[in-house]
Amino acid sequence: MSDRIYVGTRKGLFTFQRNQAGWSQTGADFLGIPVPMLLPDHRDGSLLIAAEHEQFGTKIHRLKSNSSIWEELNSPAYPKKPENAPVIRDPWRQVEVPWSLKKVWSLEPGGNPGEIWCGTIPGGLFHSTDQGETWNLVESLWNHPDREKWCGGGYDFPGIHSICVHPHDPKKIAVAISCGGVWRTEDSGATWSQSAHGMTFNFIPLDQGGGAPDGQDPHRMVQCPAAPDRFWVQHHCSIYRSDNGAKSWIEVKDVLPSGFGFAVAVHPSDPDVAWFVPAKKDEHRYPVDGKFVVTRTRDGGKSFEALSQGLPAAPAYDLVYRHALTVDESGTTLVMGSTTGSLWVSDDQGDSWAHLSAHLPPIYCIKFG
Amino acid sequence: MPSVAFSPNIRSHVEIESYQVYGKTVQEVLEAVFEQHPRLRSYLFDDDGSIRKHIAIILNSEPIADRTRLSDHVGETDEIFVMQALSGG
Repeated sequence: MSDRIYVGTRKGLFTFQRNQAGWSQTGADFLGIPVPMLLPDHRDGSLLIAAEHEQFGTKIHRLKSNSSIWEELNSPAYPKKPENAPVIRDPWRQVEVPWSLKKVWSLEPGGNPGEIWCGTIPGGLFHSTDQGETWNLVESLWNHPDREKWCGGGYDFPGIHSICVHPHDPKKIAVAISCGGVWRTEDSGATWSQSAHGMTFNFIPLDQGGGAPDGQDPHRMVQCPAAPDRFWVQHHCSIYRSDNGAKSWIEVKDVLPSGFGFAVAVHPSDPDVAWFVPAKKDEHRYPVDGKFVVTRTRDGGKSFEALSQGLPAAPAYDLVYRHALTVDESGTTLVMGSTTGSLWVSDDQGDSWAHLSAHLPPIYCIKFG
Repeated sequence: MPSVAFSPNIRSHVEIESYQVYGKTVQEVLEAVFEQHPRLRSYLFDDDGSIRKHIAIILNSEPIADRTRLSDHVGETDEIFVMQALSGG
């Protein structure tokens, strides 16, 4: 059972810890500065965060284990654009996609000591082998000719928000991109292939490209650590499941109250158990009928329960972003935060929730420490 | 030598003082400062090398003319002040 929670928000990083009296806020860092992503690195006890200064860009900071001093590290930086590089424009807006860091949108540990992967907007994947002190753009993916098919979704440009490293074979990595589908490598990123096969946009006719894997919008992708062939995706239009290592996808249809949402978490040892936070599609993005619930499947998506004990009664308009729901290594404790600044914890797999705060800034990301 | 100073907000992130450094253009002056404070570069410039949109460079009380190449001429007694627009929500 986890006893520390890190919360990245629109206005800083907040830390909550549990003792015998319960949960309480024990830290507030980078106050006033957006923290869109963070990584508690369980390999060495360090905490890595991205601070997104509006004026000065994104900076990476690290707090080492048992230290109270934050270090500033190098931020991922795109290399100088070669003169002969093709101009890539967002397919929808025909605006040139910049060679410049706009947002750190995912941070995940790799399989080797000190190895960290970082996904960004406008679509670059970065790799560090020295605990985030230096970064290199994964040019094999950035220079893939099919990148011209990626487009922005909620943000102006495409971005990598989910990175899944195979727990037993770290050369196998899958990344999910809004809106660029799912890309897989089996050679540590030397080569990549599109694998959003089976995903569809239900508002685009199939003969108009609604089922084309390029440009699909998986909002969030997670992999079951104990059964790494099982992935779950909360897509813009539906929930998807993969049983073959993210090579293809099966739509989980007719999920109530909605198949739309952003967040998904999977049980670490039972691949059939997953949690979602539904919302009214597409541009509305609030709980259906103002009834805020978490949905849970225990049978691989055959059925879902709507869980609401401890969550606010209707009407409630909390929205949970893609990185703001997670489950701990026990599979028992979940934490969830909303764009209206509420934070909840469940110690019974979502059956009931305890409200830790109603007054945080809009919550972007949450991870257990 | 020309002098260069930085706004308090910039100095809150990078420990930096006012300097007198050699340089005949704004670019040369800033590069001389970056040699002593390499971390400052990413606060003033994007990773594509362009000056961040919220950063203003003032030369003798006037905004510089060339924000692309920072080629404005700097004289021996000129004063540069680097500041940022502040916004939020």
